Amino acid sequence: MEIKVVKQILEWNEDCSNEIKDTFEKKNIYMINVMGSPGAGKTSLIVNLINELRKYYKIAVIEGDIAGQIDAEKIKKMDIPVVQLNTDGACHIEAMSIKHILQYFNLDEIDVIIVENIGNLVCPAEFNIGEDIRVAILSIPEGDDKVEKYPLMFSTSEILVLNKYDMKSYFDFDDKKVESVARELNPNINIFRVSNKTKEGLNELVNALKNAIDKKIKK
Amino acid sequence: MHELSITEGIIKIVESEAKKHHFNKVNSIKLVVGELSGVFPQLIQEYFNIASRGTIAEGAELIIRRVEARMKCNECGNESIIERHRLRCKNCGSLNVRITAGKEFYVDSLEVD
Repeated sequence: MEIKVVKQILEWNEDCSNEIKDTFEKKNIYMINVMGSPGAGKTSLIVNLINELRKYYKIAVIEGDIAGQIDAEKIKKMDIPVVQLNTDGACHIEAMSIKHILQYFNLDEIDVIIVENIGNLVCPAEFNIGEDIRVAILSIPEGDDKVEKYPLMFSTSEILVLNKYDMKSYFDFDDKKVESVARELNPNINIFRVSNKTKEGLNELVNALKNAIDKKIKK
Repeated sequence: MHELSITEGIIKIVESEAKKHHFNKVNSIKLVVGELSGVFPQLIQEYFNIASRGTIAEGAELIIRRVEARMKCNECGNESIIERHRLRCKNCGSLNVRITAGKEFYVDSLEVD
């Protein structure tokens, strides 16, 4: 006997992601999902974003890592509410993990939650976690072929940050090629050339995020 | 690397159908997997064999239908296959296109006794 089913396999993740979106809509919270390879500069970018965005918003951070507390401790020193989410080997964060972790925050006292996803260019892209925006980081030393090799990450992100841009002269990194490939995967992607060390290009990124946040949350 | 959690998703669907339709054995499960879904079909069966042990889905064969990625141009109306994730119209070169197929990832039907 054949039974017709037609059910989405990742439905549980989508349902959970939508539930988080509803909660954040009610609580007036904006969520940023930061993704990229290990060593791309996710934590450094988040630290810089906190320093700028905290002038306007109450920020909280969820630090995703396979193991350890190193990143969470950095953020904690900045006097920002932070919870470390250890995936214990898993390659990505799922919506359910975010949902469970929200109880550790006072959501009435938060405007923006920044999530640092697991360092990985593959799996995190496949799981919505209730975010309003996806920021993909690609650092210059990783090479200019990564957008081509990991298309899903860059075709589902609204923002692409080319990080460590101050090192461009040391690497054969063709940023024009990266830009044209990224636009063919994702015509609406916003690309920013940033150095988290020199802070070059950071203002433009902060302004773009600020505009996106202000469109959603009412202060 | 998360094929295991995907196969758990498939098993959950089978178990919820079993509650509704009261079958005892699942012979095969038809899956539809789009090229843009990010899922690697070759591995799913192997993970499924492990994850389904002791469940009603144990022993079932996965029959996977791949769906090619397609797009339609909003400018000239041309429809074509998407190759290597490139969203550029092959007729007029516009980037103003929409994806019409390829993101599918669902259980289509079950063959049961």
